[in-house]
Amino acid sequence: MENMDDTSGSSFEDMGELHQRLREEEVHADAAAAEEEDGEFLGMKGFKGQLSRQVADQMWQAGKRQASRAFSLYANIDILRPYFDVEPAQVRSRLLESMIPIKMVNFPQKIAGELYGPLMLVFTLVAILLHGMKTSDTIIREGTLMGTAIGTCFGYWLGVSSFIYFLAYLCNAQITMLQMLALLGYGLFGHCIVLFITYNIHLHALFYLFWLLVGGLSTLRMVAVLVSRTVGPTQRLLLCGTLAALHMLFLLYLHFAYHKVVEGILDTLEGPNIPPMQRVPRDIPAALPAARLPATVLNATAKAVMVTLQSH
Amino acid sequence: MAKAAESSGEPGTTWPRPLMRDLKAVGKKFMHVLYPRKSNTLLRDWDLWGPLILCVTLALMLQRSSVDSEKDGGPQFAEVFVIVWFGAVTITLNSKLLGGNISFFQSLCVLGYCILPLTVAMLVCRLVLLAEQGPINFMVRLFVVIVMFAWSIVASTAFLADSQPPNRKALAIYPVFLFYFVISWMILTFTPQ
Repeated sequence: MENMDDTSGSSFEDMGELHQRLREEEVHADAAAAEEEDGEFLGMKGFKGQLSRQVADQMWQAGKRQASRAFSLYANIDILRPYFDVEPAQVRSRLLESMIPIKMVNFPQKIAGELYGPLMLVFTLVAILLHGMKTSDTIIREGTLMGTAIGTCFGYWLGVSSFIYFLAYLCNAQITMLQMLALLGYGLFGHCIVLFITYNIHLHALFYLFWLLVGGLSTLRMVAVLVSRTVGPTQRLLLCGTLAALHMLFLLYLHFAYHKVVEGILDTLEGPNIPPMQRVPRDIPAALPAARLPATVLNATAKAVMVTLQSH
Repeated sequence: MAKAAESSGEPGTTWPRPLMRDLKAVGKKFMHVLYPRKSNTLLRDWDLWGPLILCVTLALMLQRSSVDSEKDGGPQFAEVFVIVWFGAVTITLNSKLLGGNISFFQSLCVLGYCILPLTVAMLVCRLVLLAEQGPINFMVRLFVVIVMFAWSIVASTAFLADSQPPNRKALAIYPVFLFYFVISWMILTFTPQ
């Protein structure tokens, strides 16, 4: 099945309905055959019993139909199969294209509706975030950090996609949820590159350069695609401004605040009196007070950014 | 220790035959993982005992005996467990969606058994950590973990690659690479207190 570039967006539900209808027809045929045999056997006396039984039967069938439909819709893995129908060469070319903004905004640009690339990029981002905490001697609570990493990355991908899709609906942009997921997922490729490099080379200037260049390129690409699918200057500005702001700020957050989350959890769990040799020096000055827990991470983030900006 | 019963159903036997048979099957699969050849023993007679033993061993060894917080042991164990099984389920779903003709439990079985090299790496790391800490200590552990990580990937590729369409092997192997990378990271950054 080719990746469809249309705006119907209802193929998911349609396939579920089809499966459900086919199955119901089979069940009805079987039930009808069973009822015929029953009626002949019981005769007049069984008529009342039969009526009540039929009513109960129908209620049961209705309930079962509802549950069955929900189950076959969401638990049927075959529904997702067309979105994973890709070749390695296609994935490679889409990864490279996600960094190249296209200037043609007069007619809608094509977005490949696949989920393999975006899903793998989100997992890669999780792995890079975990790798970014490479310290040899500091005690790390891997469990908490793992949950935070997975929650952050998946939360961003799914949450921001939904939000931008909602805005696109308000601005009458021609984009489906699947296309938005794919677009934002591939936009994370730039984030992966920047974080992978800057977690290994701790230079602030380098990070800012990459943030602007690589982050900016992938944001421009997404913005260009959205602009080509939206009509009207106000709508374009709203949609693309929101997406650009969220995307760039997320990269900033991952670089600065994520170290802070690590510091915060470490400080909370270890206590502030640790001999200095046990801690690997970080690029964020340790003058900040111990953040209590993720509830105050945002404040700590703001403080970290302020201190960092001041130190330049 | 009582000998394995030759005929089942006899009272007073403490090592029933099915248990010995299962243990032997698990042991045979461990051997297949340590010396990966193209064979389908793991796929044909899959079982989840081996993955369970390995996962529990890994989770137990990754616990800390730190004095300052008592609640450390619980979440640590559960987190490793959840990550291993959730990761294996995700990879299985991914390879099925890509068009692989492997069943759900066969894939879980292969991925679980191929954690064996990393469990061995964990054991070695714990032994190495008994010596004095320093950069050489870290380099030794890094080397061991990298070698075992590569071994795990080679072993799982030998079993899983045949079930995929030939042009999509790379797409199916990449998440396996990420999965074992995360487990290796957990092993490498482990420091008991």
